[in-house]
Amino acid sequence: MITIEKLTKVYGEVKAVEDLSLAVHPGEIFGFLGPNGAGKTTTIRVLTTLTKPTSGRARINGFDVLMDPLEVKKAIGVVQQHISLDRDLTVRENMEVHARLHHLDSSERRQRITELLNYVELEDESNRIVEELSGGMKRRLMIARALIHSPMLLFLDEPTVGLDAQTRRRLWELIRRMNLDGATVLLTTHYIEEAEALCGRVGIIHQGHLIALGTSLELRQRLGLVTLETLSNNKDTHYTYFSDRAAATSYAQGLPPDIKTIIVRESNLEDVFVELTGRKVGDD
Amino acid sequence: MVNMLTDTYSVWWTDLRFLRHHWLRTLITSLISPILYLVAFGWGLGRAVSVEGSSYLEFVIPGIIALTAMTSSFNGAGMKLNVDRLFFKSFDECLMSPISHLSLIIGKALIGVVRGLISSVAFLIIGFIISPTLIISPLFVVTLILTCIVFAFFGVFAAFLAKSHQDMATFSSLVLLPMTFLGGTFFSLGQLPQALKVILYIIPLTHSSQCLRAVTLGQPFPWLSLLAIVGFGLAFFLACLLVLRRTSV
Repeated sequence: MITIEKLTKVYGEVKAVEDLSLAVHPGEIFGFLGPNGAGKTTTIRVLTTLTKPTSGRARINGFDVLMDPLEVKKAIGVVQQHISLDRDLTVRENMEVHARLHHLDSSERRQRITELLNYVELEDESNRIVEELSGGMKRRLMIARALIHSPMLLFLDEPTVGLDAQTRRRLWELIRRMNLDGATVLLTTHYIEEAEALCGRVGIIHQGHLIALGTSLELRQRLGLVTLETLSNNKDTHYTYFSDRAAATSYAQGLPPDIKTIIVRESNLEDVFVELTGRKVGDD
Repeated sequence: MVNMLTDTYSVWWTDLRFLRHHWLRTLITSLISPILYLVAFGWGLGRAVSVEGSSYLEFVIPGIIALTAMTSSFNGAGMKLNVDRLFFKSFDECLMSPISHLSLIIGKALIGVVRGLISSVAFLIIGFIISPTLIISPLFVVTLILTCIVFAFFGVFAAFLAKSHQDMATFSSLVLLPMTFLGGTFFSLGQLPQALKVILYIIPLTHSSQCLRAVTLGQPFPWLSLLAIVGFGLAFFLACLLVLRRTSV
């Protein structure tokens, strides 16, 4: 579905993405995990034809983003990180604009708009001006808009950023439903729990480089599925990783008495990220 | 060709809906400056003056119509596009749609043309009430439409180049404002030294003012100026195309 070969994008003297190679398979939810400025959005911008790569190639559904941009644009739906709606237009008008830009005829437009507003539960808001909607409603509208031409591939760039926990979970359900309905999804996030909850495979991106790739389980297995957190007298937290809980418990019993707090828990992608980069995902 | 026209209309449609929601505000704000110019220069300074055999009021009205067409078309296309591109990022949605750069540029310029025509026709009506002897012909309409096209493409070009909202304001101050006062709106070029006249003919507004004034005052029509307007329109359109091709896929 997506093939990226040695992709590099340079802005001035800053290498936003360097030598990135990756394949995303049909039907999967793939997650790009990384802190702000890691290169996630730049990669999405190249794949969605908004930015020209400095070098390397990217193909969507066999079409090169530079050579066949129109074919690529027909195949993709994009939900940007920013609220990129026409805020002075109504919900229905925003849908209509997108339907027209994607060449749907008038009867198709009417049908798809009604279907999708129902899908994202915005049918009662169709005549409201977008500016008046809540953040969650705007996000749902952006998702509905991205689906108007039934794209095979959906790009979701930080789809739940700035939303409350309840709205975020509602959007997760929607993303899962879209995937079950046949869409391949590539999403970027800096929320660990979002990547773990939604993505089949995760690519961890840091300072423009893809530093790890695999399922959450595979990545955690490489590190150790169980984490032992200890707090020493000088208040430094130390993390040690083990293949199972018994090994971690046995290790903890042998620790000197000045080690105060001991927590044994399952490892997560945050641990993987911290070990690989020396920093947390949320750090800017 | 049909696809291109449909796509152009699709891009235009968004801005038309916006205009439909805000038409009164748009009309009123675009008429304030020309009415102030008319009061200050036409009734204030120029009451006792005659230029090229006409009263100054009759002389200045076609110039202010050209000026209104320029500012409304430029702002109508450029300012909104600048905000959509840099602040709301809604222009990215157009860039990610399967439509050509040609349709995108023409579609975005067309709203400037519409807004330029609405404002200048509204001012023309005011002009008619003040000076009923003004002559309007098909050449006047053609010149007015071409003027709106030229400055709408100019607005799109400026919006593509701008890296911030401040850039657009700077562009207006450095390019539009001098054009307002030097483009033959308020004075006759016949009174100027030849060297200065040559410089002022580099300004597209000069040609629009000359053409509109020639029609309304019943003077010989400056066909070369009309040709120059067409040339400026083509140049700005090509500039838009080059900038868009350079920056996006």
